[in-house]
Amino acid sequence: MGTEAGGDPRDELPTPKVLRRRWVPSLIWLVPLTAVVIGATLVVNAWRTAGPRVTISFQTAQGLEVGKTLVKYRNVTIGHVTAISLSADHNRVLVSADLLRNAKDVLTADARFWVVRPRIGIGWASGLETLISGSYIAVEAGDAKVTQTEFVGLENPPPLTHGLLGKTVVLHAKDVGSLVLDAPVYFRRFEVGHVIDRELEAGGQGARVVVFVDAPYDRLVTRATRFWNASGIDLTLGADGMKIRTQSLASVLAGGVAFETAPTVQDVGEVPSGAEFTLFDDQAAAMAPPDGEPRYVRMRFAQSLRGLSVGAPVDFVGVNIGQVFSLDLDYDAEHKSFPVIVTALIYPRRMGKAYEVLEQNGTATSEDKMARLVSQLVARGLRAQPRSGNLLTGQLYIALDFIPGTRPMRFNVEARPLEIPTVSGSVEELQQKLVSIVDKIDRIPITDIGRHLDADLVGLDGALGELRTDVLPAGSAAFNSLHTTLGTVDHALADDAPWRDNIDQTLVEARSTLRSVRSLTDYLDRHPEALLRGRHPSQSTVSERSTSVTRGAE
Amino acid sequence: MITPVRAIEVGLVACRTCGLIMQRMPIQSSPTSCPRCTTLLRERLPRSAENTLAWLIAGVILYIPANVLPVMYVSGVGGGEESTILGGVLSFWRGGSWDIAALIFTASVAVPATKFLALALLLWTVHRGSSWASKQRTALYRLVEIIGYWSMLDVVVVALTAALLKFKALGTAEPRLGIVFFCGVVVTTMIAALSFDPRLIWDIGANDGH
Repeated sequence: MGTEAGGDPRDELPTPKVLRRRWVPSLIWLVPLTAVVIGATLVVNAWRTAGPRVTISFQTAQGLEVGKTLVKYRNVTIGHVTAISLSADHNRVLVSADLLRNAKDVLTADARFWVVRPRIGIGWASGLETLISGSYIAVEAGDAKVTQTEFVGLENPPPLTHGLLGKTVVLHAKDVGSLVLDAPVYFRRFEVGHVIDRELEAGGQGARVVVFVDAPYDRLVTRATRFWNASGIDLTLGADGMKIRTQSLASVLAGGVAFETAPTVQDVGEVPSGAEFTLFDDQAAAMAPPDGEPRYVRMRFAQSLRGLSVGAPVDFVGVNIGQVFSLDLDYDAEHKSFPVIVTALIYPRRMGKAYEVLEQNGTATSEDKMARLVSQLVARGLRAQPRSGNLLTGQLYIALDFIPGTRPMRFNVEARPLEIPTVSGSVEELQQKLVSIVDKIDRIPITDIGRHLDADLVGLDGALGELRTDVLPAGSAAFNSLHTTLGTVDHALADDAPWRDNIDQTLVEARSTLRSVRSLTDYLDRHPEALLRGRHPSQSTVSERSTSVTRGAE
Repeated sequence: MITPVRAIEVGLVACRTCGLIMQRMPIQSSPTSCPRCTTLLRERLPRSAENTLAWLIAGVILYIPANVLPVMYVSGVGGGEESTILGGVLSFWRGGSWDIAALIFTASVAVPATKFLALALLLWTVHRGSSWASKQRTALYRLVEIIGYWSMLDVVVVALTAALLKFKALGTAEPRLGIVFFCGVVVTTMIAALSFDPRLIWDIGANDGH
C-alpha cells in the first residue's frame, strides 16, 4: 500500500524513502494470547489442586466407577477415583484415586480405606444413602506420622471410628455362637457397645470375640465383670412356672453379649483396654463362682444305665458338682457280667464353702488331698447312685449321696482316677416295687368279686321295687292323717278357742284359793292356839288386815 | 506459466460481496465502500496473513484442551462415564459402530487438523511468495472454507444429546468443559480461514502482501 513499483523509468524525480516500518503487533494477537492464558490457567489450576495420587487395593471393585466414585473423609469429598485396574496376580483390584492437595495429611501409614456400600443386617443397616448416590470410598486417618500412597483397603467398614472413647475387651469362648459383627453388648439390657471382631483362637481351640464398650459405660467393666452370650432365648422351667428371658428381640436373631458385675467378687479394680475375659454360655454360668480345676472320678455300675448320657449332671447331696464325661462297657470275667464304667468330671470348687473347709484339713498335693477327702466320705457312706431325673423321659443323673445302711467298702486312695463305690439305682428299686405291686393286684380275684357284686345288686334291685310298691303308698296315707291331726291341733290352739277362757277363770280361782290358804297359814303361825280356840274376832281383823297390808306392800 | 494482469495493476477494484467492479481511487486517505452494497472495499485484506496466523495459533492452542478434557459425561443405570473426543471415537470403534466412529473422527479430528495444516501451508507459501501450485492452493482454501462448518458437528451432537437425554437416574448426558474448547477451535479456525485473503496466493513477486 505504501509502496509502489519503484522502477518506473519515466519518473526522474526521486522517490520518497521507504522506511522499513517496525512491526507493531496488532490487537489480533490478543486472541492467541487469551487462548494461551486460558490453557495456562487450566494447567496451573490442575497442578495447584492436584494432590497425591493413592492406590488402594480391594478384593472387588463392586460399585466403584472411574471418574464418578468419590473419596470422602468424614463425609467431605477429598478426591475421586481415576483408574481401576487389576493387580499383577489378578487377585486384587487396584483403585487409583486423585486426592485434593490438602488431603495429604490424611494419608498416614495407618489410614484405613473402605468402600461404603449399602449393608443391611439384622437390627441394623448402614450406607443406605449410597443406594441413590452410589458407593464411595471412605478414609479414616490414623495417628502415624509417616505418609504413604499405597494402601490395602478394608473389605468391611472398620468397627471403630478413630478416636472413639471406650474400652476394648477380648472375650474367650468355646464357640462364637450366633454372634455376628456389630452384635450389641448389653449391660442391664442397655446397649453399651458392640462386637468389633471375632475369630478363631490360634490353633482352633475356641473362639475369640472382641467387643467395644462405649465411653461412659466402659468403667462398668471391672475385674469383677462377667460376660455371657446373650444370644437366643433362655427358657427356664422352674417350680414357679416357665420363664423366657431375652435381652432384646434383635439379640434373639443376631446374638449379643451381656455383662454384669458378679456380686460375689470383692475385687472391682479397673481393667485396661484390651483386658481378657471368659465368655460364658449363659448368665447362670457367668455368675457362678469359678469352677476351678476339674477332677476325674470313675464309677462302676452293675446295672443298665439306659437314660444316662454324656453330659448328665453329677450331684453331691443335691448340688451339681460335675457332669458325666464318658460311658464305657466293661466285662467282669468273675461274674460273667457287663458292668458300665462311668467317668465323670467333678469340679470340687462347686462344693463352695464345704470344699474350703475340707481342703484346709490336708497338707499334701491337691490330688492326694482330694483322694483322702473322698476316702473319708466313702467311709461315712458316700455312694454313687444313678437316679431318675425325669420320670417322663427316663433321663438319669448320678447322685453322690450318703446312703444309710450300706456295707462298708474298701476305697483305694492310690487309684487314679478315683473310684467311687456305687449302689444300684433308685429306678431299679422303684421298678421292682412296681412289679410286686402289679403282682399283688394280679392276685386279687376280680372275677369272683364281680360275680358276687352282681348278685347283690340284683337283690338290692328287688328290695327297692318292694319299697316302691308297698311302703311308699302306706307312707303317703300316714302323711295325710298326720296332716289332718295337725290341722285339728292348729284349730285347738287358736286365740278364740273356748277352753282358753276356762283356763283363765280356773287360774283366777286357784290364785284366790292360794291367797286364802296363805292368810290361814300366817294366822296360824302367829296364833297357833287358834287351832284349838278358834279365831279371836278383834285381833284377827287388825292382825289380818295388817298382815294383808304388809303382804300387799311386799 | 502466463501471469495475467492483476486488477490492482490496472486501477480496478472488485467488491468482495457483490462483485461490482469499480475504479480504484488513486489516493486512499479514507476507507471506501461499494456504492451498490456498501461493503467496505479492500484491494487486499489488511494484515490478512498476520490475522490468519494469530487465529490459527489460538485455534491450535485451544485444540489441546479440547482433546485432553472430556467433552461429555453420560450416565446410565450402570454408572456414568466421561469421554473425550478420541475416547468416544475409540469406544464407538470397539463397539462395532465403525461408521459412526469414522464420522466423528472425520468431523472432530481430521477436519480441524486438515484446516490447521492447510492454513499453515497457505500462510507459509504466501509468506515466501511462492508461485507453486497456486491453482491447487486456491482450491485448498475453498475446501477449508467449506469443510470448516462441518467441525461444528461434534458440538451440535453434544448439545443435542445433553438436551435430549434427561431421564434422571436412568440416564443423563451433560456437556463437559472440553466441548467449549472444541467450539473455540472451530470458531477460531473459521475466523482464520475468513481472515485469509486468497488473492495473496496470486500476488506472486509482489511485496505488498501486508
